[in-house]
Amino acid sequence: MEVRLKSTEEFLYNFNFEPVLAGFDKLLIGALVTVQLSCAAMVIGLIVSILCAAGKTSRVAPLRWVIDAYIEIIRNTPFLVQIFFIFFGLPALGIRLSPNSAALVALVINFGAYGTEIIRAGIESIQKGQIEAGTALGLSKLKIFRYIIMKPALRTVYPALTSQFIYLMLTSSVVSAISADDLAAAGNDLQSATFASFEVYIVITAMYLVMSIGFSAVFSMIEKVAFRYPLSR
Amino acid sequence: MLIRPFGFNEFWIIVMAAQWTIALSAIAFAGGGVGGLLIALARVSDAKWPRLLATGFIRVFQGTPLLMQLFLVFFGMNILGFAINPWIAAAVALTLHASAFLGEIWRGCIEAVPSGQREAATALGLRYFNRMRYIILPQASRIAVAPTVGFLVQLIKGTSLAAIIGFTELTRQGQIINNATFSPFMVFGTVAAVYFILCWPLSLLARRMEVKFSRSTTR
Repeated sequence: MEVRLKSTEEFLYNFNFEPVLAGFDKLLIGALVTVQLSCAAMVIGLIVSILCAAGKTSRVAPLRWVIDAYIEIIRNTPFLVQIFFIFFGLPALGIRLSPNSAALVALVINFGAYGTEIIRAGIESIQKGQIEAGTALGLSKLKIFRYIIMKPALRTVYPALTSQFIYLMLTSSVVSAISADDLAAAGNDLQSATFASFEVYIVITAMYLVMSIGFSAVFSMIEKVAFRYPLSR
Repeated sequence: MLIRPFGFNEFWIIVMAAQWTIALSAIAFAGGGVGGLLIALARVSDAKWPRLLATGFIRVFQGTPLLMQLFLVFFGMNILGFAINPWIAAAVALTLHASAFLGEIWRGCIEAVPSGQREAATALGLRYFNRMRYIILPQASRIAVAPTVGFLVQLIKGTSLAAIIGFTELTRQGQIINNATFSPFMVFGTVAAVYFILCWPLSLLARRMEVKFSRSTTR
């Protein structure tokens, strides 16, 4: 292990943000791709989560086992390995994806596993009496699932879902490892073209911070509008 | 370069690389434990500045990607006059990361201790240090065990990002073997399996303790 202290002359580092500013338009495009990727992954991932959470209440045991295995495998392996497996490993099975689509698929699969657990917790918070009341009123199974289970369940787990989404957006930086076109990858390109590594990454980190603060602001606005109706209790 | 087949030897090299993943996780967890305790104490402190600083630290580390934190420490070390060293950069970045997350988790646990405990300790004449040491922290630590083990899983998975800055742990070793054997399906399947074997028991343990704890506290 070598820790070499440089002489004081070398120590004086001149920060140079000019190349970062010159390439800022590329970073903005990268940020846009990151937002698009995360939003698409969240919407599709949410559908996957709801389907899997519904599947976990199924009476067909093998279906529940498959969903459980999916959740455990995804939650106990790193996202980086998942994306390597999808991008490099799946072509062996004849499934060849572009970096951007591999990134989206990996993010959906990853978010789906965490989302399922969150939605399931929401479903479990619904009291049995509510569902029985729905049945007594003669509502169809689908209507019971939609209005009596999912609507209040989503409200209960909304905070958990939004923080999971922000985590997803931050995790999406890892897709730069397979050279997708996201913000972190735009940073890698700019960094290798300008050698202003620290400056590039500090700007990018700030951009991610702004995005996560922005998203949580948007989410709390949505919460105020979407859940304006009073709580049932 | 010759492409060699993926045999037992290659498999074993990958499995053995798990020791670096474990070592890095252990260092980050130990460092993060100390840092996290300081952050948590600052976060619940009555003094304004420590509280604000700790809040800012947590916000920044929870609001930015771990990958960027690694890059910043990696390139920042150079600016501070140290030679670039992936080992140290990864250990430092993951320690800071773990400090922020554990700090936030433990803050919640400290605040979950009923305020009457604190008031009673103060009434008995215990000063800050003894109050924390004998009254608050022992009770908070019981609440903290399950989420802390849960975070350890997240941390082990997080160490995989050290591969991107060139530290040869499990994931990087997989990449190296993949470049030599070109059987990504087997290689990354093996890598994922090793992570799973490391993380799954901890996940199960965390869930079990959570259930046990919630059962013991419901009346």
